[in-house]
Amino acid sequence: MALCWSASLIGIGVLVIILGTLLVKGASGLSSVILVQDTPPPGAAGGLRNAIAGSLIMTSLGVVIGTPIGILAGTYMAEYGRYTRLTVIVRFINDILLSAPSIVIGLFVYTLMVRPAGHFSAIAGSVALAVLVIPIVVRTTENMLLLVPDQLREAAFAIGMPRSDVIRYVAYKAARAGMITGVLLAVARISGETAPLLFTALNNQFFSSDLNAPMASLPAVIFQFALSPYAEWQSLAWTGALIITAAVLVMSILARWLGSIGVDR
Amino acid sequence: MSGQEERSINAMQQKTNGADNERISIRALDFFYGRVRALKNINLSINDRMVTAFIGPSGCGKSTLLRVLNRMYDLYPKQRAEGEVFFNGENILGPGIDVNLLRSRIGMVFQKPTPFPMTIYENIAFGIRLYEDLPKSEIDGRVESALQKAALWPEVKDILQTSGLSLSGGQQQRLCIARTVALRPDVILLDEPASALDPISTCKIEALIDELRSEFAIAIVTHNMQEAARVSQRVGFMYLGELVEFGETERIFTNPNDKRTHDYITGRFG
Repeated sequence: MALCWSASLIGIGVLVIILGTLLVKGASGLSSVILVQDTPPPGAAGGLRNAIAGSLIMTSLGVVIGTPIGILAGTYMAEYGRYTRLTVIVRFINDILLSAPSIVIGLFVYTLMVRPAGHFSAIAGSVALAVLVIPIVVRTTENMLLLVPDQLREAAFAIGMPRSDVIRYVAYKAARAGMITGVLLAVARISGETAPLLFTALNNQFFSSDLNAPMASLPAVIFQFALSPYAEWQSLAWTGALIITAAVLVMSILARWLGSIGVDR
Repeated sequence: MSGQEERSINAMQQKTNGADNERISIRALDFFYGRVRALKNINLSINDRMVTAFIGPSGCGKSTLLRVLNRMYDLYPKQRAEGEVFFNGENILGPGIDVNLLRSRIGMVFQKPTPFPMTIYENIAFGIRLYEDLPKSEIDGRVESALQKAALWPEVKDILQTSGLSLSGGQQQRLCIARTVALRPDVILLDEPASALDPISTCKIEALIDELRSEFAIAIVTHNMQEAARVSQRVGFMYLGELVEFGETERIFTNPNDKRTHDYITGRFG
């Protein structure tokens, strides 16, 4: 008992220390400058505008690409092909993909998109993030749909509903909260990913909204700035880290909250 | 359209159908769960405007029989039926049957209330819109008359836009009955519709079944012999996948031919 107690204390303690350090070191840099100025050259003052915008663009694009694929695959597994061999195989591969190191996925997209194109690009970064989104959404979609009682489906079939309607208007509605939670968890996961972006979107000192060109992102900027010898860069890295952590925290809490609503119903 | 008018139209249709009011005719029906034979050579008919009850101990095949009649077993692999089931003259086990259309003609109500995660109104209107293209005013009327028939209208007429899940268990079950009635099916299958409800709700459901008998062919599965005796005109006693005895409710309960039926209704086993 004492061991368990102290282990959980260590767990919480580490989290508190991380959050505390981030707050102390990062909060001092929080100001409106962060949002309006781009990352500076060494030794100068600046903000994180290009990195924040880049993260937002690539994360949303990654979710937009990955979510429909994930939901459709999860729907196949839970509704259409529940008893097929294909579902068993896809589930197994999906579980592997779920725990695949993200750097491998970065390299995969690098060879698939960056090498043939001859340059890094934001779209390649988004695709790498989408590949991370898919297995998470597949897993939660399948699980949430499997939680919908078969009796409810039978009742829908019993009034003559075709299967597509049963899925859209009954199963999706009953599983909605859980499925949204899955997407939010995926967003939280990819918004902090660095490795897949280093090989695909690289980084950019300047503001860019060109999907065909390298793009800055918060994790990549943190990686670069934190390792640098310049005090201004290091302080910006702390602030960036604080922003990411806060965003992920909000997302996780939102996901929790939505999940609990789903349970209540 | 008032209930009376509908009833008289139904009666007219009845006349054109002739004196034979057989709705479903089951011939030499076998059913398999994988290799297990769950129904053995079932032969019977279900008549219009009559309640046919199926009784018997758990696992005797009563629910399986109902699930053959609307092909609900189709949803699961390794379940198959052999034999013939004629519905309005057509073998529904044969090829080329539109199963969705069939299910809109043979409605089913389940043991546990299963309202859809939609408003009370939508729970009923959704099924109507599936196969009928009606103006909104007419759908409104159908929703109201279905709720009237299910004896739920007074309780929900002011809350039609709230979720069907917000109702009590007994109300939810009556909503499910209304949902089925709204489609104006030929047959209604009831799979232990009252067994998950309290005695007052059960009483309401039984009264409702008696009402609905004037318009539909009804088949009900129940564990409860008193219930079967109260609501049905014909009873089938099933045991280990066989239809042991089938006949007028009064005769089965007072003077059964088969010893097994006698033992079951007198409570010796089951």
